[in-house]
Amino acid sequence: MGAQLRVYKRRIRSVTATKKITKAMEMIAASRVVKAHRKVQASTPYAKELTRAVTAVGTGSNTRHPLTTEAETPTRSAVLLLTSDRGLAGAFNSNAIKAAEQLTARLEAEGKEVDTYIVGRRGVAHYNFRERKIAEQWTGFTDQPEYADAKKVAGPLIEAIEKDTAEGGVDELHIVYTEFVSMMTQTPIDSRLLPLSLEEVAEEAPQGEILPLYDFEPSAEDVLDALLPRYVESRIYNALLQSAASKHAATRRAMKSATDNAGDLITTLSRLANAARQAEITQEISEIVGGSAALADATAGSDK
Amino acid sequence: MAAELHVELVAADRQVWSGEATLVVARTTSGDIGVMPGHQPLLGVLESGPVTIRTSDGGTVVAAVHGGFISFADNKLSLLAEIAELSDEIDVQRVERELEQAKAAGDESAERRADVRLRAVETR
Repeated sequence: MGAQLRVYKRRIRSVTATKKITKAMEMIAASRVVKAHRKVQASTPYAKELTRAVTAVGTGSNTRHPLTTEAETPTRSAVLLLTSDRGLAGAFNSNAIKAAEQLTARLEAEGKEVDTYIVGRRGVAHYNFRERKIAEQWTGFTDQPEYADAKKVAGPLIEAIEKDTAEGGVDELHIVYTEFVSMMTQTPIDSRLLPLSLEEVAEEAPQGEILPLYDFEPSAEDVLDALLPRYVESRIYNALLQSAASKHAATRRAMKSATDNAGDLITTLSRLANAARQAEITQEISEIVGGSAALADATAGSDK
Repeated sequence: MAAELHVELVAADRQVWSGEATLVVARTTSGDIGVMPGHQPLLGVLESGPVTIRTSDGGTVVAAVHGGFISFADNKLSLLAEIAELSDEIDVQRVERELEQAKAAGDESAERRADVRLRAVETR
């Protein structure tokens, strides 16, 4: 076998192996998207009931709470960025990071300091490489987030917002995550989570429903006190789940195009290998023909 | 037919139980509260504890609930909990083991959680 042909054969073998891997990853991601999406849906009843309850307290009483009170001059904000632990998901992480950076730039232009909180190894690595400060980071659960993980993330954030700004607390909390629109579309979005405006929550609740006057047990303040952190946790949980579903969808798409590319590459390489083999045969034939012609010429000459 | 109320018991990550009931007893921060059809609208904070639901066909459903809310309006009762388990789902031996572990480790919240689970099984 000629050297050229051997090189082609080797490359075809390696691309075939890569294709098998990407194909397997595509299928794993596809099954995980479905699972993650189901989890998003399973968490909806809780979120819906919670929204209803918050609306009920918000409309049924004039209670004020640190989590709903706007600071007069906000000076520091927290940005929570949700990325994934693992890459191989196309532009998923870089899109989320880009959205967070735009938000940070906007907030800084408004004269606010920005504390960054990051979920996911990719985001952490991005910020560490650029030597930017990370207020707090969490990794290790982005593929299959549990409610306990959302609690873990929400805890320090709620603490930070309840603290005075002068003592290192923050006035507002923004969250950047990738929304799972459909299997094909995932868009990074940023939204302000805190301070919570009860009017906005009320808009989310089903319309045309008049809420009754509730009897609060033990009191409206206590209920709100217990309710709001849960609401924030549930929002973060939802964002974590959506981000996980989006990540798997992005992985699936990236791996699908990698598999397709490998297929194309194999076709091209096979064509080249065939041409090389044919060239080799042609050369061998012409060598034999040329050799025998030269031999014939030589014997014909000696005869004379 | 006796009056009924519709109950939804939801945990953070799933719907645990839903159906019709005649009486629901839950533990709020200010004591046990029983809700029957036609109760006035209520929104309360739940303690960790067992929740007893008397279903309209005469059966009883008990669930262990850890932190959450009870809200009642228009004969619809929602129980929201971060963690909720039906007593049928609870594995007694495992919980007893967990209780011992929690006691040994001095982890009070884990001990309380295990205790609530056991009580839920006992009241079944």
